[in-house]
Amino acid sequence: MKFGIVVFPGSNCDHDAYHAAKHVLGQDAEFLWHKDTDLKASDVLILPGGFSYGDYLRTGAIARFSPIMREVQAFAARGGPVLGICNGFQVLLEAGLIPGAMLRNRSVKFVCAHVHIRVEQTDTPFTCASKRGDVLRIPIAHGEGNYFAPPDVLAKLETNRQVIFRYTTADGDVADGANPNGSVAGIAGLCNEGRNVVGMMPHPERACESTLGSADGRVILESAVQSIKTGALVARA
Amino acid sequence: MRARVFVTLKPSVFDPQGKTIADALHSLGYGGVEDVRQGKYFELDLATKEAGDAKQLAAEVADKLLANPVIESYRIEVE
Repeated sequence: MKFGIVVFPGSNCDHDAYHAAKHVLGQDAEFLWHKDTDLKASDVLILPGGFSYGDYLRTGAIARFSPIMREVQAFAARGGPVLGICNGFQVLLEAGLIPGAMLRNRSVKFVCAHVHIRVEQTDTPFTCASKRGDVLRIPIAHGEGNYFAPPDVLAKLETNRQVIFRYTTADGDVADGANPNGSVAGIAGLCNEGRNVVGMMPHPERACESTLGSADGRVILESAVQSIKTGALVARA
Repeated sequence: MRARVFVTLKPSVFDPQGKTIADALHSLGYGGVEDVRQGKYFELDLATKEAGDAKQLAAEVADKLLANPVIESYRIEVE
């Protein structure tokens, strides 16, 4: 199976995602330039982290109008699995593929640290190989990861079980001290209503090998492989 | 015509940068500054000479790109 990794000008985790997919998981992987209009028969799309378009205006605000994003949106609408990581998540929010928006971190500081996140739901193509309640140790690196949604939207996200990851303590408890950026309800990752599009601020692709400090992120990419191979949780895009 | 677009966070949205600026002003002794909200300001040079058209075009680009309606609202002035 093939991972397609979108490269915007200013993406800087594209090679990390490529390495994790290709060399750690042993899957096919290919870069998709933002001006491309061909997804090159990718089975799964990754919008990687970085600073697309220099974060000008708002994070992800310009990238969402890239030519490739029209194809990404069509792929998502067909049920294809899409993972937005960090800046990729911000692009998904700006594109309206996932509701809500990001604010500057509560601390007003760029936070670069390993954090713990709890898997809240496993019926997505990016969590199906994990167990509900699993606590993953994965790094974050962002200045604008303070997730915000108005109360009515937040209530709907909870009712629909669209919160996929929450920041917790190492023991899996939601606590204000374990929330690195002030995200409402400790939200670290969300899916769309169709559950095939997932966005998350932590970087699983940077946590796929124990020599890098943690291999806990691997289950997220392995979930994608499993869901494509078994045909579970994904429509043929 | 020139349109000026002022984009600000909605009142219900916490503004960490504004809060930090207010705290800095307080530490400088400006206790009279009760609160600060930070926003963005855009100047658009428009081909039209009609104020109504200018306002409409500015609102369209504000809706589409300049502001994120989830967290921000905007105000437009044309001249």
